[in-house]
Amino acid sequence: MSPETPVPAAAPHGDNKGVLRVVQLYPRDMNIYGDWGNALVLQQRIRWHGYTPELLEYNVGDPFPDGVDIIVGGGGQDSGQLVIQDDLQARAGTLKDLAEADTPMLVICGLYQLFGRFFKTRTGSVIPGIGILDVETHGTDERLIGNVKVATPEFGEVLGYENHSGQTTLGSGVRPLGTVAKGTGNNSSDGHEGARYRNIVASYLHGSLLPKNPAIADFLISKAAERKFGSFEPGTPDDRFVGPAREHAARRPR
Amino acid sequence: MSFFSVSLGKLVRRVSRLRGGGSALPGLVVEKIDPGFMRRTLTTLPHGVAVVSGTNGKTTTTKMVVELLESQGLKVFTNRTGSNFTRGVAAALLGEVDWRGRLDADVAVLELDEAHAVHFVNSVPPRYCLLLNVLRDQLDRFGEIDKTAQLLQHIAAKTTGTVVLNREDPRVARIADTLTGQDVRYFGLDDSLLGTFPNDDDMRAAPGSPAPAGLSEKPAADVVLRTVGADSAEFEYDGGRVTTGMKLRGVYNIFNAAAALTLARSICGGAAADTDHETLLQALSQVAPAFGRGESLTVEDQPLDLVLVKNPSGFRLGLKSFPAGGYATMIAINDNYADGRDMSWLWDVEFESLRDGGVDRVTGSRAYDMALRLQYDEVAVGAVEPDIAAALAAFIREGQGRPKRIFCTYTAMLAIRRELSKITTVEVVS
Repeated sequence: MSPETPVPAAAPHGDNKGVLRVVQLYPRDMNIYGDWGNALVLQQRIRWHGYTPELLEYNVGDPFPDGVDIIVGGGGQDSGQLVIQDDLQARAGTLKDLAEADTPMLVICGLYQLFGRFFKTRTGSVIPGIGILDVETHGTDERLIGNVKVATPEFGEVLGYENHSGQTTLGSGVRPLGTVAKGTGNNSSDGHEGARYRNIVASYLHGSLLPKNPAIADFLISKAAERKFGSFEPGTPDDRFVGPAREHAARRPR
Repeated sequence: MSFFSVSLGKLVRRVSRLRGGGSALPGLVVEKIDPGFMRRTLTTLPHGVAVVSGTNGKTTTTKMVVELLESQGLKVFTNRTGSNFTRGVAAALLGEVDWRGRLDADVAVLELDEAHAVHFVNSVPPRYCLLLNVLRDQLDRFGEIDKTAQLLQHIAAKTTGTVVLNREDPRVARIADTLTGQDVRYFGLDDSLLGTFPNDDDMRAAPGSPAPAGLSEKPAADVVLRTVGADSAEFEYDGGRVTTGMKLRGVYNIFNAAAALTLARSICGGAAADTDHETLLQALSQVAPAFGRGESLTVEDQPLDLVLVKNPSGFRLGLKSFPAGGYATMIAINDNYADGRDMSWLWDVEFESLRDGGVDRVTGSRAYDMALRLQYDEVAVGAVEPDIAAALAAFIREGQGRPKRIFCTYTAMLAIRRELSKITTVEVVS
């Protein structure tokens, strides 16, 4: 090792404030652009806050796990979205009940779209969503790609990377995650990015989203702990790299 | 037209060289004033044009194909400068043709980036193509992985003679179903080696969960890589197995040797009597890695390995092929256009194998993204220094007496080579 202050890689895992169960939705078919990073960040930060993480995967055809505390889902290619479509519809009731019961959820890109009411492709065919979020998405020929900066009321400045051709508009049942300061976000007209509803955070941003935006990760974890244990007692994660990583990312070109 | 455009192009090439300028400008000039130049020059070659494309391994594989064909006495034109865009090809061509636009070669073997290959094959239909793999790389440029597969499919469809496909990459192997008329040949891998090639689809899947369907029945491959030893490899072709020494390191480089062998055999006529298999194998055993692809330099009497990492699969293979034990390690991550701007891919690589020794230094424009990534995999980070020159100097100073390894993205590697060229002999590519 170099003689300069070595960084302890992780906080001690000693405390045990209880188990939080994180379920990754469709990691086999909907995990593009590093969305695994979001699950990993949740797992580690749960630990760093002194709780015990349990990370489960839910794929097409699996029995749906019980006792879900947090749900995380990622983006996929068009082909991945077709593969999960029927299974997602079959699980719509379960997921909707969890959402209405304030289960914290993070859905990125493809699953953000499918958590909405529908996705209408360029050719006019309609892929139904599961209608948890009051949003609709229309496929376009234009691919929105690049670094994104979003001003949000709840999580401060959010940084990420977008790569999508579907354009999403929000209905009155949801509010935007924030307002785009660089990049495009939900669509090329209204300047909004993502959606918020109950304890659901929906966003187009990869990057992965959570590593450089730990405020969102801690929001999901705190809500999960509050639901399960009545309160959230935060630990002290070592976030020494987060500040400079955000500063450097914010300065990069689109 | 030809004499005029070639003369002008060569002149621009000279002037831009004098100015130390980019390699593609003269190609651009000729392309603009004489769009038929490349097609006229290349399609008249006795063996035509072979295009090598895919996400990983283009440069090393192209180099191997060239050396294999040269061992058979063929004169080969190739785009050696690493400028794997159409204009780069035109520029390289200008350096080789005589003033009347004639190229003294038997065959052209060209490495082309997937998207640029599509433009190229539209104007110059190749006689052969070799399609290596479709992996997550620069998706921010091409969109989705299925889109990249479509680009390769288009290259295959425009090929007039033989299409060589990777049997083990379902997205590439399935291209065969879309072809009519072309001769299709595969290169393949022994089942026992499949596990060393994680593909992107099972990257995050749970143990035992099925990968996406490959071909229901594996077609016979022209060349199969059977086993890989420390500095040797065993290939099977024409119904027999042969073992040969290898200078190349890393299983994925050696799998690309099977790819190169398949293409070279196609061009030379396969098992035909005029192919000298002994010299072919001899040439294969002598191929050295292309720059940055597992290349080892010497700095202050210690080896310094440069491992180019451009995408999650390449990084994972790099970590697997070059174990960390005993080495000082640096990781250099840039996010310039040629590297891809999206850093998401770092989260698709597992870094547990670096946990024991930690990482001494992290550098590049996205050094802190990398440091954050390592922290979440519980890999200790010695120091973070975004400035590559400063980080490299400190890494060499503090790693005295230890072998060193640097994992670097493309533009980070170019920067590191420029710095290294000040203290050791290294090929600098601009």
